[in-house]
Amino acid sequence: MGFFERWFGKKNSADNAKERLQLVLIHDRTDLTPAQLDSLKDDLIATISRHVEIDAQSMRIGVEHDGRSQRLVADIPLKGASRRRAKRAK
Amino acid sequence: MPAQVITITSGKGGVGKTTAVANIAVALASDGAKVVCIDGDIGLRNLDVILGLENRIVYDIVDVIEGRCRLKQAMIRDKKLPNLYLIPAAQTRDKNAVSPSDMNRLIKDLRADYDFVLIDSPAGIERGFKNAIAAADRVLVITNPEVSAVRDADRVIGILEAEEKGPGALIINRLNPILVKNHDMLSADDVLDLLAVELIGVVPEDENVIIGSNRGAPVAFDPKSRAGQAFRNIAKRLRGEKVPFLDLDHTGGLWQRLQRLAGRK
Repeated sequence: MGFFERWFGKKNSADNAKERLQLVLIHDRTDLTPAQLDSLKDDLIATISRHVEIDAQSMRIGVEHDGRSQRLVADIPLKGASRRRAKRAK
Repeated sequence: MPAQVITITSGKGGVGKTTAVANIAVALASDGAKVVCIDGDIGLRNLDVILGLENRIVYDIVDVIEGRCRLKQAMIRDKKLPNLYLIPAAQTRDKNAVSPSDMNRLIKDLRADYDFVLIDSPAGIERGFKNAIAAADRVLVITNPEVSAVRDADRVIGILEAEEKGPGALIINRLNPILVKNHDMLSADDVLDLLAVELIGVVPEDENVIIGSNRGAPVAFDPKSRAGQAFRNIAKRLRGEKVPFLDLDHTGGLWQRLQRLAGRK
């Protein structure tokens, strides 16, 4: 890659390779497609919403890897939590 | 001590399995170990030409398995190293001529008399690969620092874990230090980060490998070749020695290259 490409902020090809591989390997290892992940997310929202109010818009779900093992990580903000916390501080 | 049975495999073709088997075998045998290497790529045999033994083949592995000859008759002794043998693959048969239990039986007969049995696996994850890993005590997965090779290596490592063969140890082959330095090739650390397995060797790209294969003399014979050095180090690690990894970071600079040309480094 040329000096100018790098100067103008184009990513190094090795970084490209690594980022692409990280995603590909997660899908290869878990056999979980992005579409399946989305449908899992919808199910989770439906289930959890029956018990507690959540902020579905900012919910995040993804697969992270720790060595060779994969884990499903969900970050689910509860609605009104900040409001309650604010009240308690008074 | 009974033999260590080691299979070298990769998933993807053309990453250097056969070259690695030949070189590690030569390095182990040069250190005095009794070594047998087995070409597991039935129908596409190549370990014989890489070792320069193609003109000596009379019988092959399928002849042994089907009882047309004794095991010893199919073992070709190396030209230079009297303690190195090759059992060639059959060229006119396919992978279904051998089963995993055939391999187990054959290797059982070798274990008592040799220090190392090295098996060259075919590419892919089908029958030939299953045959090659059936009797292995240890599997080395070889890859290149390149997206498709790394992806396939990951698949193979996953299968090895599922078959309870252990995660395997990794050889990163044909690493180009100049490209790595310019961030245009995955570094050894990048590949290890992605695959999360034990590393057993990093082999730099080296034109001597091609010259060696032209002549049927693996680079592990060549004391000056960097790739040869890397393969000799892998052999030492297989024998349990602690050997530091080659410093490949400082090969790209003009000054270092000049120094090496001048024989100062």
